[in-house]
Amino acid sequence: MKKVSYLQNNRIKKKFSKLRTDKEKGLICYVMGGYPDPITSEKIISSIVDGGADIIEIGIPFSDPIADGPIIQEASFKALQKGVNPDICLNLIKKIRNRYPDLPILIMTYSNILQKKGFEKFMRMAKGAGIDGFILPDMTIEESAEYLEYSKKLELATVFLVAPNTSDFRIRKTLEVSTGFVYVVSVYGTTGIRNSFSNYTLTAIRNIKRISANRNNISVGFGISTPHQIKIMSKYGADAVIVGSAIIEMINRHKDDNIHILGNKLKNYVSSLKDACKSK
Amino acid sequence: MFLQREITMTKLQEFPIEGKYGKYGGKFIPETLVPAITELENAYKKIRNCSDFKKELCYYLQHYAGRPTPLYFAKNLTDYVGGAKIFLKREDLLHGGAHKTNNCLGQCLLAKKMGKKRIIAETGAGQHGVGTAMAAAVFGLKAEIYMGSIDIERQKLNLFRMELLGAKVHPVNSGTKTLKDAINEALRDWITNVKETYYLIGSVVGPHPYPMIVRDFQSVIGKEIKSQVKNITPRSPHALVCCVGGGSNAMGTFYPFLDNENVSLYGVEAGGLGIRSGKHSATLNAGSEGILHGMRTYLLQDEFGQINDTHSISAGLD
Repeated sequence: MKKVSYLQNNRIKKKFSKLRTDKEKGLICYVMGGYPDPITSEKIISSIVDGGADIIEIGIPFSDPIADGPIIQEASFKALQKGVNPDICLNLIKKIRNRYPDLPILIMTYSNILQKKGFEKFMRMAKGAGIDGFILPDMTIEESAEYLEYSKKLELATVFLVAPNTSDFRIRKTLEVSTGFVYVVSVYGTTGIRNSFSNYTLTAIRNIKRISANRNNISVGFGISTPHQIKIMSKYGADAVIVGSAIIEMINRHKDDNIHILGNKLKNYVSSLKDACKSK
Repeated sequence: MFLQREITMTKLQEFPIEGKYGKYGGKFIPETLVPAITELENAYKKIRNCSDFKKELCYYLQHYAGRPTPLYFAKNLTDYVGGAKIFLKREDLLHGGAHKTNNCLGQCLLAKKMGKKRIIAETGAGQHGVGTAMAAAVFGLKAEIYMGSIDIERQKLNLFRMELLGAKVHPVNSGTKTLKDAINEALRDWITNVKETYYLIGSVVGPHPYPMIVRDFQSVIGKEIKSQVKNITPRSPHALVCCVGGGSNAMGTFYPFLDNENVSLYGVEAGGLGIRSGKHSATLNAGSEGILHGMRTYLLQDEFGQINDTHSISAGLD
């Protein structure tokens, strides 16, 4: 298997190397850009980073988020209603980049956001704002020629997703073009909080880990919200976990509170998750 | 005001490579659905030229749905307009009340052959939902239909028909609460229940192989027109005119005529309150290139790529 190695100076790559040295698992946190509003959104991201998040995924809201469950759908919808657009999100990323020069930041959105502006143009703008890579849940490896070309040119990571029903043959092909990390979708379903996971999830993680043979960073997402779940995912081979809907839900729960209260709640929550990433 | 965009349609490949029609089509879908559409593509590849399958489908099209439908000479309309001789292909007389039944029977039979027990579908005006409920009923499959809550309000009668036929209808309250959100919700259901579920798409939309499958099952319309015209005149029709929402009736009508240069093909989109008003459904005339519902196509969208609401007085053309 050939391994793509164009990401020499990428912050994601450096972060995973450091996590390995420190014998820790990575904590990746997803936030919806500009939600509940651009100013609060910036403060939310700071609280999450201060709480110990290793990598931040910033969602750009899209009108038709087919891979998302109700929590993120609603956040998208409300952000759009308030006029959040990709330009506002890129501005937000610039601010976060200035504050945290070494923080790995990815954009998670749907292909049409890039398509509308033109893949090259949008990716250039996003690189300029300071991102390290993209996660596009509706981008398949078959359709990715243009996306891969510009990612390579701009030294951006291309995080592809692998599902529990993905064949071994396809996992191999996906691992070849995934850079930064590979995103293992833990469940059959959309994003959203789950109380428990079935055996197939753990089998899938173990299988991908086996095929990758430590050549890729394996990040597991969809449904994860508790320290206990993080420990399970780690035990079965995850190098990092991704938490999204639980963060949005916490934001929703404290939407009428003072930003400092919300900030502290998020910081404490994220730090409890990060503790689970450190435990052996 | 009429906008006219001329589209060059070359003879489409019967089985397009990688699901591409020029640069359009393709498959932009969450990874969980890739095994499902691969399974579908393989099953369809195997079955499409199988004579038993064709014979069985033909039986149901004739005896259950009522094909062939008449090609009716609209004398009064012809006299009134005073130009071309106008013929109507009466797909409205098909069982269920629309051409949708052609595709639903084809896909339900395919689903049955694939061993699927549960059918899901989206519907706008409700015609595809009715077609799905009807086809699922005849083949003993369970049907669940996603329909925008605004469309349910506009088309209560079709909701009633679907339920009478034994389908379960899920009202969709997300986004614009109309067809595009019903498709989103059906896709989310499919992602969640991918193993046992067959997603029956109602138009020439969605990831490959759907546009091809729907085109093939609807092309019975054009094929019939071709042979019915022969009984009337030795020449080909001068023109075929179809309304275009998702495009399945138009594609089914046009496809068998694509290689005949003497036949002009007209697709008519819903103008709504006028193109300039922004309240219309003229995706091909006034839209721009984008990626939605698994394919690259023309979309009504804003400068940032957010999908706009469509507008038509007809639920089903929006």
